[in-house]
Amino acid sequence: MGKNGPIPTGRNGSPGPAWWQARKAEAWKKFQATPMPRRQDEDWRFATIDAIQLGDFHPGSKGKTAESKLLARSSASFPHAAKAVFANDCLLHVEGGEELAKKGVVFESLGGALQKHPALLEKHLMAHPVDLGAQKFAALHAAHASAGVLIYVPKNVEIELPLVAFHWLDGSEAAVFPHTLIVAESHAKVTVVDFLGSTEVDGTGLACGVNDLLVGPGAKVDYICLQRWGSKVTSFQLNSTRVEKDGEARSLFVNLGAAYARQESRSTLVGGGARSEMLGLSVGNDRQEFDQRTLQCHDVPNTWSDLLYKNALDDRSKSIFKGLIRVAPGAAKTDAYQNNRNLLLNPEAEADSMPGLEILNDDVRCTHGATTGQIDRDQLFYLMARGIDPRTGAQLLAHGFFEEVIDRIPDKKIGEAVRTFIVEKFASMKMQRTKEEGMGPVRKSGKGSLPETEVLDVRALQGLGT
Amino acid sequence: MKCALEIKGLKAGIGGTEILHGLNLTIPKGEVHAIMGKNGSGKSTLAKVMAGHPDYEVTGGDVLLDGKTILGLEPDVRAREGLFLAFQYPSEIPGVTIANFMRAALNARRPEGQEIDAVEYYNELYKKMDLLKIDRAFTSRAVNDGFSGGEKKKNEILQMAMLEPKYAVLDETDSGLDIDALKIVAHGVNSLRGPKLGILVITHYQRLLDYIVPDVVHVMVDGRIVKSGPKELALEMEKKGYDWVENLVAA
Repeated sequence: MGKNGPIPTGRNGSPGPAWWQARKAEAWKKFQATPMPRRQDEDWRFATIDAIQLGDFHPGSKGKTAESKLLARSSASFPHAAKAVFANDCLLHVEGGEELAKKGVVFESLGGALQKHPALLEKHLMAHPVDLGAQKFAALHAAHASAGVLIYVPKNVEIELPLVAFHWLDGSEAAVFPHTLIVAESHAKVTVVDFLGSTEVDGTGLACGVNDLLVGPGAKVDYICLQRWGSKVTSFQLNSTRVEKDGEARSLFVNLGAAYARQESRSTLVGGGARSEMLGLSVGNDRQEFDQRTLQCHDVPNTWSDLLYKNALDDRSKSIFKGLIRVAPGAAKTDAYQNNRNLLLNPEAEADSMPGLEILNDDVRCTHGATTGQIDRDQLFYLMARGIDPRTGAQLLAHGFFEEVIDRIPDKKIGEAVRTFIVEKFASMKMQRTKEEGMGPVRKSGKGSLPETEVLDVRALQGLGT
Repeated sequence: MKCALEIKGLKAGIGGTEILHGLNLTIPKGEVHAIMGKNGSGKSTLAKVMAGHPDYEVTGGDVLLDGKTILGLEPDVRAREGLFLAFQYPSEIPGVTIANFMRAALNARRPEGQEIDAVEYYNELYKKMDLLKIDRAFTSRAVNDGFSGGEKKKNEILQMAMLEPKYAVLDETDSGLDIDALKIVAHGVNSLRGPKLGILVITHYQRLLDYIVPDVVHVMVDGRIVKSGPKELALEMEKKGYDWVENLVAA
């Protein structure tokens, strides 16, 4: 099999109903018929396509980590009403579903939903378009999806505590296809958090996930995806959000892991008063690449969307942002914002930003913007003048840079969990650096003083040293 | 070991232009000295050079902290050695709370793995805030973000109180303050005065020195100290104007 060859199918094919089988077969055909994307394709501009290697990974591959260990690691730091845990797409544990069922709420693994709620699944599963470039990978997902949760919240039911799902990649050749489907009926309310992670920090593998948020009239859905796959993983996260009249969706994608992480997010506003807030946070180091493609579709009058994606990039990491606000003919009084901000923590890091508007109507308010900058020297000098070393200072500034996004998460405890994840990412970067420096000539640790060459060069402040 | 902040024949400038032309000044620990000077005399340059701002280059002389040179040290190292600069224009840092910022600054002074205990930290912080008559809600605000001129300067003094430097340089701490804010800031500085701290107050106006009464006043003209004297010199300066000293220098 070539390096970009297909993944063998059928290894985890659950039997399921006929429509399920038929869709899988059709998706597999589509996957095979769709060519691999090329850098020349508009939707893949700037992306390092070479990083995408499918052939080395296998669905249903067995992990090597003990189930008890995985379960112990699958703990959220905030109170939650239900939890599901998957490892290499196998369901390990699910809790909280029975209690929720008393209110008519469904919290089921896809396998469970296939048996108990096939009609719901048949109606909503991947019913909305993925058209931001990764069609081939959406097809791959559809062909293999077996893990993940269906969340259905009936009319007027509000769930205060978040529902959480953990997806683990375990072993060196696994492929996983996490799926999250949230259906919130009229005036329902729910918050869902996905934790995506590898058992090993430098783990490899393929992750190809889809999350669909279907927000009914007046409903409120908050979705937070915390991605920290191992540092060699190839990741796709494809999101489709559809908001009806007076509904409110809010999604936050936190990208910390993976070698290449492509994230597509599409919000479609189909009813007056519909709102969608689209948030993103990434911290890159080494040669990580975060590839973000977004679409804000305003199909009818009086809708609102606000996108804010922030990336902090160290070492030679890279982000690509391509966003589009599309206002359909007749969609008057559209209020749409799109903002991509990138903070380069290292002069060798790179951010490519392509914001865009397509407005087919008058009487709208749309603004978009993109900024990329290095650490502000005056701010850093101010921190250093208080005794804070430049690297810690730069990280403090990066945390400050992210606050604008974290602050928008209504559940403060989830916000705190996001902060912790970011702190841990920075800590792992520091450890990695220390390890690398340890192999070179002996240097004093950064705490006491900077390495001697930098002490003599006050201009090191400019480039933030090594 | 001499307990003083000593500036010896300091020559420094920016972009190839020399601004300080061999400046001499000694601030013994426990004393408060004031530098008065017109705009453009090099006052702020002196403050930034001492703190190690990367835009400025030192071409001669030395700055010694308790007998040890600090030139050539990174700004953060100088700060940890005990030098504090209260900025004329403190940076705004959105998203970083004063509480987190101060904690990072204190942890920078402690060995790795021995970070300050949260309870101990807040006790200390609130004690200092009470001393300086600062509202406790202040700590959850982002550093200087949207602060009034008075709030920014109060924040500088709070940091000085928390970090307990050996020497503090206050760069035009009175600029942009109304009289009430000035009194609060001066009260803060006065409450920190003592045998363990040397203070250099840099100002354009005599007004501040009514509230922070210095032990010694220095007059700076064109990158040099041209006259030093007791606190009454400030009043004389105010009465006779800077032209008087400039004429003295020319004579």
